[in-house]
Amino acid sequence: MLSSLETAAHPERLRRVVIDPVTRVEGHGKVTLLLDDEGHVRQARLHIVEFRGFEKFIQGRPYWELPVLVQRLCGICPVSHHLAAAKACDQLVGVDQLTATAEKVRRLMHYGQVLQSHALHFFHLASPDLLFGFDDAVAHRNIVGVIQEHPEIARQGVLLRKYGQEVIRITSGKRIHGSGAVPGGVNKAVSAVERDLLRADIGQVLAWAQAAVALIKRLYEAERAGFDRFASVASNSLSLVDDSGHLELYEGGLRACDASGQILFDHADCGDYARLLREEIKPWSYMKFPFIAALGPEHGWYRVGPLARINNCDRIATPLAETERQAFVALANGQPVQAALATHWARLIELLYCAEAIERLLDDPELSGTELITEGVLRQRGIGVLEAPRGTLFHHYEIDENGLIRKANLIVSTTNNNQVMNESIRQVARCYLDGHQLTEPLLNQIEVAIRAYDPCLSCATHALGQMPLQLDLVDADGRLEDRLQRHADGTVLRCDVPDAADARDRFGACGC
Amino acid sequence: MAIVEGRFRLDGVEIPFQPGQTIMDAALAAAVYIPHLCHHPALLPHGSCRVCVVRVNGREVSSCTTPATAGLEVESETEALRALRVAILQMLFVEGNHVCPACERTGACELQAVAYHCGMLEPHFTHFFPRRELDASHPDLVLDLNRCILCERCVRASRDLDRKRVFAVAGRGLDSHLIVDSPTGRLGDSRLELTDQAAHICPVGAILLRQRAGDVGERHGFRVPIGERPYDRESISRVGDVATLVEES
Repeated sequence: MLSSLETAAHPERLRRVVIDPVTRVEGHGKVTLLLDDEGHVRQARLHIVEFRGFEKFIQGRPYWELPVLVQRLCGICPVSHHLAAAKACDQLVGVDQLTATAEKVRRLMHYGQVLQSHALHFFHLASPDLLFGFDDAVAHRNIVGVIQEHPEIARQGVLLRKYGQEVIRITSGKRIHGSGAVPGGVNKAVSAVERDLLRADIGQVLAWAQAAVALIKRLYEAERAGFDRFASVASNSLSLVDDSGHLELYEGGLRACDASGQILFDHADCGDYARLLREEIKPWSYMKFPFIAALGPEHGWYRVGPLARINNCDRIATPLAETERQAFVALANGQPVQAALATHWARLIELLYCAEAIERLLDDPELSGTELITEGVLRQRGIGVLEAPRGTLFHHYEIDENGLIRKANLIVSTTNNNQVMNESIRQVARCYLDGHQLTEPLLNQIEVAIRAYDPCLSCATHALGQMPLQLDLVDADGRLEDRLQRHADGTVLRCDVPDAADARDRFGACGC
Repeated sequence: MAIVEGRFRLDGVEIPFQPGQTIMDAALAAAVYIPHLCHHPALLPHGSCRVCVVRVNGREVSSCTTPATAGLEVESETEALRALRVAILQMLFVEGNHVCPACERTGACELQAVAYHCGMLEPHFTHFFPRRELDASHPDLVLDLNRCILCERCVRASRDLDRKRVFAVAGRGLDSHLIVDSPTGRLGDSRLELTDQAAHICPVGAILLRQRAGDVGERHGFRVPIGERPYDRESISRVGDVATLVEES
């Protein structure tokens, strides 16, 4: 159910408070709050102010460029885009099953990616709020403060991330924006020397990952009542699971559950995503609003990412992470955990899972095999889906008979979380800000809610040419004088605003 | 009659040459690198890219077209000439659409490698962002004019080595562009074949081998891992056609 705080009835009469930029997130976004004379919040929105356009400008390029080209969406999770595009390209070149070596090298790359991204987010971006409190002095509430006050925690965070980056470098050639995955397979295996290099540190990485889970458990338990309530939003959940219902990050079927944990659909073919999911466009954001088609936009929005994945899966295939999952699900007595801040806990369980999965793979001789690429017959459509650090990631491409991209659709993890993030900040605005004198620590609570989702805003804004826009003409006193809206179909309409005719006389007619 | 070998000095180093050789030919044969793009040892000199500019007896000339002469004093690795070369390279980069991060020739591209060698750190000039065609009509090859630098290596190779004249340059000045000799103007309708030397001589990513399903054994483009591409570990001044010529000699 959508919150009533999305759109105020008379925004022109309300006071506007802006958090711009939202800090300690990847990319650029802002939050606007509209308050009435008594300080009650009447509207709260997370706006994504970046503009990307990848879906448009890759049109006409050869499909085999996709894994390397599209990963430039992001500098934090490029591997996720690299692999999702490569999976789509596998289908384009007619390959349904990679060689064992290719799949294992890609999985290793992916686990390294999720490990480094989760470490980056928790230790660098989120831990200052959790270690020092949401209302700590802003000059202290940052990674420098963590380094000064908790040097060992900071060190472990940095080195965990470094290990993940090393896994990526070895499997893709570079720590950022490598080229390991190619249509139908990979361009290199892992050599014995590289395997030994990673093996040397995996024991320490596992120990640090366990310590990270212990840390978030301690922090969460210490503030249990507040954390359970803060930014808590009952939502549907979407994630991949494997054939047995286990947590799966690279290849699986789609599972959606409602807020009570009832399965809405399970083991769904990712190629059917367009039938299962839809995207809504709103005039005030560059980011789309996906929803489960069968439930409609009002009730069908959902959560993706660590919290959705841990809630959705039946178990985790590695022992340490599974033990931690069982402790986690006890939080809500087996019901889906809906507290936004529990996402940090779920994220670190996944970090531990990735460390265990890497350890397993490093003992697998097929990682060093020589069969790297599989052949097939060219097809016109490819859909690659995987679980990126921030949630389910969809890449869909169609090519012409010459192999050039004709159509592309990306639904990025953060886009999937658009509505639930907005609902979370509205919950915070309603419960913690409403009627109060707004201060930096209070406004930081809005950011804390957003950070829980680890949004990657630069990944999430990629539409071009179809994005609705609203142009407001406001006079010196803040009164709305005129409004033009461009809709998704390209039509431009002037909205009926009182006194707009007078305003046009004074400011001149718009040429739209 | 014995071949008379002469000598000239390049940046103070004695370079031997044989009659008929250009400054570039002699320098490459002596394992001394002069940056170049349009020059290729298998083709007739062209002198169009001007990257191989050197200073001879007070005049700037293209080393690939200037005959070696006994006693010449040639300057190449000077700060002034380096700046000239960088400016030429910067203009080449902004005239086309050279997106190295997404190009499959990155690490194997001579334009990129020469730019690294010359110390070009940024494009400096305003990008033209021209709208150019990508022709994927050929079963084995792709022609991406976004990356064409009009070096005419393919024109010369097709004409002089393959005896086909598939390529030519049409237009003048900023309108100059590569054209294909076929009824439709498309590469797929031309006589170009994968075995032609013109298909493999492009210094940039304008003429590419198509990545086809079924060619598992072929390693080109993104199938070559980072670290194993020609210019990943060594400068083009050591592993380019300098090295090839030295090995042959």
